Amino acid sequence: MARKQIVILGGGTGGTMTANRLRRRFDADEAEIHVVDRDDKHVYQPGLLFVPFGMARLDEIVRPRRRQLRDGVVFHEQEIDSVSIERDEVVLADGAVLYYDVLVVSTGVRLQPEETDGLAGPGWNERVFTFYSPEGAEALRRALERFDGGRLVVNLVDMPIKCPVAPLEFAFLADWYLRERDVRGRTEIVYVTPLDSAFTKPTCARELTWLLTEKEIELVTDFNAGEVDGVGGKLVSYDGSEVDFDLLVTVPLHGGAAYVERSPGLGDALGFVPTDKQTLQAVAKPNVFALGDATDVPTSKAGSVAHFEAEVLAENVARYLDEQELDAGYDGHANCFIETGFRKALLIDFNYDIEPLPGRFPAWFGLPLMRESHVNHMGKLLFQWMYWNALLPGRDIPGIGPAMPTRGKKNLPVAN
Amino acid sequence: MTMTVIADSPVDLDAEGFMTDSSQWNEQVAEKLASENGIPELTDRHWLVVRFMRERYLETGTAPSIRSLGKESGVPVKELYQLFPKGPAKLAAKIGGIPKPRGCI
Repeated sequence: MARKQIVILGGGTGGTMTANRLRRRFDADEAEIHVVDRDDKHVYQPGLLFVPFGMARLDEIVRPRRRQLRDGVVFHEQEIDSVSIERDEVVLADGAVLYYDVLVVSTGVRLQPEETDGLAGPGWNERVFTFYSPEGAEALRRALERFDGGRLVVNLVDMPIKCPVAPLEFAFLADWYLRERDVRGRTEIVYVTPLDSAFTKPTCARELTWLLTEKEIELVTDFNAGEVDGVGGKLVSYDGSEVDFDLLVTVPLHGGAAYVERSPGLGDALGFVPTDKQTLQAVAKPNVFALGDATDVPTSKAGSVAHFEAEVLAENVARYLDEQELDAGYDGHANCFIETGFRKALLIDFNYDIEPLPGRFPAWFGLPLMRESHVNHMGKLLFQWMYWNALLPGRDIPGIGPAMPTRGKKNLPVAN
Repeated sequence: MTMTVIADSPVDLDAEGFMTDSSQWNEQVAEKLASENGIPELTDRHWLVVRFMRERYLETGTAPSIRSLGKESGVPVKELYQLFPKGPAKLAAKIGGIPKPRGCI
């Protein structure tokens, strides 16, 4: 075939894995592969959770994007202006135009604190923080060091958010951190969520809510934050109820990357890219694919999802170029470690149809599921090594793939 | 799931009171569901939101979240909460005869 142009927007988890998988798959004379990102900083995002507690440093979790890409992948450090679906072109901020045969959208999400009244106003990074950005996580670390008791409120404004369990993990780790520092006795930790439970999955809500009770974390549900007073220390909901805080840790609203909104037909009202949940082909046009946080597929926005999707997506890009039928191979598989403090963690594993179940992962000899254990905490810490050395290069890890494993799980529903 | 009769129409409801078959819906059912859920009268603004929710669901198979409602229905989020106290998306879905929005993943 004539040499094809593959353009990948975003050099994060999904984009890097896709580029490396496709680079291995195609010879240099078969395909040219371009990756575009606005900066050269690849953040290991799970690490951000640990930064506020001094358990990880930014320089340990940020590496150059270029260095994670295989030889033969062209990296453009440039903002994206827009995509023309009609002309199969990407326009960069400096005016350069990249033509593509296949486009892969993997630009993740953008934090939008400005969408909530007052949130990004006075008090931001003084009394109101988010650990969802490297700068925010670092500012919060300094604030927690000085924190001497009072009301610590953790709030997620609304779904969807990246790693839905992260704010809860933050509350668990804050409990541990403040106990070690002897200020827990004069601190109230309050978890405020718009959902009807601390967990987004019904089985987790049923099985795991005791964790909050044990850690003396007050739970406020069905709270839809509409306004923040960062000086007076008030979180106000749309129906007028209020939660006072001395320190607010917020997860701001998420939307798709800004250029998506400037690209007619590519995204939805929130800037997410409507995408087939099994083939990962975008609705916009057959030669557009999307993965990771940037899509609207109904599963968690998490690195594990991007990882499992990348395998299916790379296969489908190859099939598309070869004019073959696409593989409807992604089943919504996601898994996540949930840090619970005191060097323990839980692991959950699920897909579109099957809720998290107890048992072991990926098989009977594996890590315990839905139970607190030290080995899961070690797993979460060791995972960073795997991320840089196995996941990003796009190597297959035996036993851990796109299809959710059922060996080792208890109480599996009977197929009908 | 229970079968019940609302405004002379047979209607299937799930445990939380959401209709499981959107074709059983009509305007009288909507009015009855609204009054049972704390909205004595559906104004034009209510209907705008309820119809938007319903049409979007029938078109795409999923109900819009509060945020997309605020951006696309023409009714700002603040007003949505005044019209449908507590949970606009959930309540408008219930009144519009469509399943509970699944936005929570």
